[in-house]
Amino acid sequence: MFQTVKELVQLAEDRNWLVSEAMIQTEMETTGKSREEIFSRMSGNLDVMERAVARGIGEEVRSHSGLTGGDARLLQDYLSSGRSLSGSVLLDAVSKAMATNEVNAAMGTICATPTAGSAGVVPGVLFGLRACLCPDRNQMVRFLFTAGAFGFVVANNASISGAAGGCQAEVGSATGMAAAAAVEMAGGTADQSAQAMAIALGNMLGLICDPVAGLVEVPCVKRNAIGASSAIVAADMALAGIKSKIPCDEVIGAMYRVGQMMPAAFRETAQGGLAATPTGRVLKKKIFESAERSSSAGRR
Amino acid sequence: MKYRSVFDIIGPVMIGPSSSHTAGAARIGRVARKLFGGTPKKADITLYGSFAETYKGHGTDVALVAGILNFGTDDPRLPQALEMAREQGMAVHFEADRETHPDHPNTVRLRLSNEQNTLEAVGVSIGGGKIEIIEVDGFSISLTGSNPALLVLHRDKYGAVAEAAGLIAKYEMNISYMEVSRHEKGHTAMMVIQTDEEISEGLAAEIAALPNMLQVAVLS
Repeated sequence: MFQTVKELVQLAEDRNWLVSEAMIQTEMETTGKSREEIFSRMSGNLDVMERAVARGIGEEVRSHSGLTGGDARLLQDYLSSGRSLSGSVLLDAVSKAMATNEVNAAMGTICATPTAGSAGVVPGVLFGLRACLCPDRNQMVRFLFTAGAFGFVVANNASISGAAGGCQAEVGSATGMAAAAAVEMAGGTADQSAQAMAIALGNMLGLICDPVAGLVEVPCVKRNAIGASSAIVAADMALAGIKSKIPCDEVIGAMYRVGQMMPAAFRETAQGGLAATPTGRVLKKKIFESAERSSSAGRR
Repeated sequence: MKYRSVFDIIGPVMIGPSSSHTAGAARIGRVARKLFGGTPKKADITLYGSFAETYKGHGTDVALVAGILNFGTDDPRLPQALEMAREQGMAVHFEADRETHPDHPNTVRLRLSNEQNTLEAVGVSIGGGKIEIIEVDGFSISLTGSNPALLVLHRDKYGAVAEAAGLIAKYEMNISYMEVSRHEKGHTAMMVIQTDEEISEGLAAEIAALPNMLQVAVLS
């Protein structure tokens, strides 16, 4: 059992385990379930993620509000033109993160990682890295256990709720989780995973939750997109041997305190930030007026 | 520890768009339904905090009703819950209370009723689809969601608690926390039982079949 990142890394180092193994062992211990049962449930979650990504880049997905949908495909088309500035690994991950969130916004089926609003980052990074790291199925499922282990510490010591801690608690946490998992899949150490998480989350501190019209669409889809790219960059930095000067647990603690100090307007109430811009307000008015019209039409 | 499983973090599998405002809401609705013991004729729902501000955009209203109709977080029928409630003759009324400021921003009070019974529960969606139930029929409870739990509404009669505890022992499960409260001697009482192990629906059904038990709900 571990409560902090320090304990998690220590556990992995002492037993000569991967972080994913430490998570699996802890899950077996706390729930009394078998390794097979736990592994196959996670494998099922991976299937859900894979289907959501396939749907987001393969189908014409649009949300009810019309605010989001189709951008993951735009990016795939752009990628195949071969003119991208940031490179195919990064942009493929970004596109797959967006695909997941576009499906989520359209009330499709997704796997929350750690939340629905931040569900794109982890699968985006995982499927984005598939082409360069060629992981087998086992490694892909392990990626999710590693991400889960770091998310578990954040959830228990800080928050993964945008309403409680802003977007830093959701996309920030997801970005840190994905960075840590990317390190393990690339063959890095448990400590390098912790460094990647600290670098990624440290860079997200203060990010507010300001959904236009209160919908998990704008800016959520694009925050997941950039979150996925940050995660890969942070993983690369950690793999290069760069360390976070502030230990990972202290970054998590800082995130928690920043969330507590955040005004309610920036915690998923749709009262501040992009939601409160002139265009944000106009969009809200339009969406709810058309929703009223369609529901009164439905009653008749 | 509020979160005890990796599947609280990588999961739930759910219909979008929000784990706290959609999946968590559906779970709260479903626990309330279990405590009520079926589909009510009427559901009066009061939303507080962020729930009150953004419930329409996140489909919180739809998800709460889906839970009351017994749908899981990943049920593809979830988006149609309001229409389905109408078809099933369940009247739904929503109120957004922006004056009251609860401890957690995502709080909801549900009042389910039919001709015979009423049930009132207050739930909190704490993030990532995880929920807490903080009040049932005026009983303040502290169901933190950190362990699997059974909520049992029962008649305040001798033997009721012992019989329920006996069944739990028969399933070789360890009770980590237990709380029994009542309003008035001889009337309705409430047991909150947290266990170390997951609680099977089979055990819940056996407890529900005991004399003096009114409703049983499992929270995992």
